[in-house]
Parts: sequence; C-alpha cells; structure tokens
Amino acid sequence: MVSIIWGFFIFVGVFFSIVTGNVEALNNQILKGASDGIGILMEMLPVLVLWTGVMKIAEDAGILQKFSNLVRPVLRKLFPSLDKNDPALGYIASNIAANALGLGSAATPFGLKAMDELQKKNPKKDTATEAMITFLILNTGGVTIIPTTVIALRLMHGSANPSEIIITSILATACSSISGLLLDYVIRKRKRS
Amino acid sequence: MNFISLFIIPIFVVSVVLYGFLKRLDIYESFLKGAKEGLVMTFHIAPAIIAMVFATNLFLNSNFIDWFFQFLHPIFQILHIPIEIIPMALVRPISGTASLAILNNILMVYGPDSFVGRLASTLQGCTDTTIYVLALYFGSIKITKTGHALFAGLFADLIGILASFIIVSIFFG
Repeated sequence: MVSIIWGFFIFVGVFFSIVTGNVEALNNQILKGASDGIGILMEMLPVLVLWTGVMKIAEDAGILQKFSNLVRPVLRKLFPSLDKNDPALGYIASNIAANALGLGSAATPFGLKAMDELQKKNPKKDTATEAMITFLILNTGGVTIIPTTVIALRLMHGSANPSEIIITSILATACSSISGLLLDYVIRKRKRS
Repeated sequence: MNFISLFIIPIFVVSVVLYGFLKRLDIYESFLKGAKEGLVMTFHIAPAIIAMVFATNLFLNSNFIDWFFQFLHPIFQILHIPIEIIPMALVRPISGTASLAILNNILMVYGPDSFVGRLASTLQGCTDTTIYVLALYFGSIKITKTGHALFAGLFADLIGILASFIIVSIFFG
C-alpha cells in the first residue's frame, strides 16, 4: 500500500515536471531530496529524544498504569460484550493510555495482545468480533494528548508558539473518535434488530 | 487559549519529573533509558522519512495537484485554503510518514503560523493511519472478514478533517 503511494508520488512528480518543462528544477530536486529528509530528522531528533526520556520516567513511575486504570470504567461501557475481568480489557486500556501519552512504540504490543485475547473467544476465527471493531475504531482515532512530532516540525519552521495546536488537535480528535464510535454503535444496533 | 497551550508541556514535564522523584525513582536513569530508546527509534524511522520526503517533494513541486484539482480551485480560493491539504488528507490514513512529509512541505511554504499551517498540524495530530493499523492488527490474528471496521474508521477520519477545519477556523480565525 505504502509502496503504491511512494511509487505514485515519484512517477507523477517526474512525469509531470517533464511534461510541464520543469526539467532543470527536477534534476536539482532528485539530487537534493535526501538532504531535505536528513534535515527534518536532525531537527526532530532532539525533541523526540527529550520526549521519550521524559515519558520513560512516566512509564517507570507507574503513570501509564494509573492512566489505564482511569480509562477502564469508560472502556467497560464501550465494550458490553466483554466480561469485566476479561484480560483483553486491561490490554485495551494500556494501549489507549500509551497512545494518549504519545508512547506509540509501547502502545502497539499492548494492542496486538488485546487482539490476541479477543481472538481466543472468537467463535469464527476469520471474522472480526464486535469488540475488535470497536477497539480498532478507538485506536485509529489516535487520541494523543501531546503530538510531539508535529510540535517538533513547527519548532523547526520557526513557529512563534509550536504547541498552540495541542488544544485544536485534542478537540478534533474527540469529534473524530466520538463520531466513529457512534457510527459503530448504530451499525451494531441495526445488525441485532 | 493560547495561554493554556503554552503551559501544557512545561506543566506536564515538571509533574512527571516530580512524581517520579516522589516515588523515589532513579529519574535520571529512567530519562537516559528513554532517551536512548528515542535515539534508536529515530534512526529506525530515518530511512522511511528520507524516502518519503524525497518522493513527496518531487510530487508536490511538480504542480500536479494544482492541475488535477483545478475544478476545486474556486471553492478553495473562497475558503483561503491551499490545495495541498487534499493530498495530505488522502494519504493520512495510509502512511503517517507521507503525511508528515507533506506537512513539512506546507509548513515550509506557508509558514507554521499561517491558517493552513495550523490546519495541517491539527490534521496530522488528530487521526492515525487507519488503513495501516487495521491491516497490522487484523493481519496479526489472521482475520479477513473485517465487518464495518474500515468504513467506520474512515468515516471517523473524515469527521476529523472537517472538525479540524471548523475548530482551527474558530480558534485562529
């Protein structure tokens, strides 16, 4: 999938530049392309490293655990098909908490564990259960409290207030996640009746 | 509002460090451990970033989008949004790196404090790579019948895009 996008970008970019007679600029760009990427990486690196350092403190101090305990009661309402002691619920809570804190690399293993647990109780192994679908809608909503990479990029391009988009991001995320969950709820209801 | 967003990060950092300290955690060691993971992670994603920045720059600088979405120009002119936001919204569900590269391009050309700069930043932060995540998670347990997951996920993304536009308009006018 990503290969298609990547190939498409390069093909269309080169083809269209040639057709519109922009060959000189094209040459420069191909040769300069990699150094732009390195530039971005070097600018983002300090912010990312600093942030993963701070977040490791949060993880080691048990803040992640606290946070996932906090979201658990809400999750039980969202997943009526799961028993309250279902281990999947714990993994889902940890996944959501890690995502929210921007610990993407910590979130994925929890998420995969949650899917594993849900699959154990799935009667039809090739078909997604209601709980799986709800979990993935919640997950792809991408509830991140502090979007570090975006802030790093804004900082690099000289923003007066790189973090000013935190609140707009949280609000937009909330709209997106809630509408996804509502749609999921409506579809579930209609299937039953 | 500006005031709050200015203080979120400092307060967050201080609270975490203080909490760790009160828990008698070796906060310095923890920080170093995490920072090292961050370094490794950045080098891990470096090839993808370089590849995507290269391809998106070629694509965006070829003026293909301007030409292809000509019919949308009047609408976007009225709303004062550069057309580059369309490819960003389109690739966001598939590749986080590709949309990050487009975001970088938008910030470079229009500035991070422009309307479209703020809109694109919000867009990058508000949704995740829906299609990629579904493929990874369902693939890991070999589920092929995914029900309404993709439909609902993409619907949520669409609402996220519209909401970003409305919210950024309200906040920054």
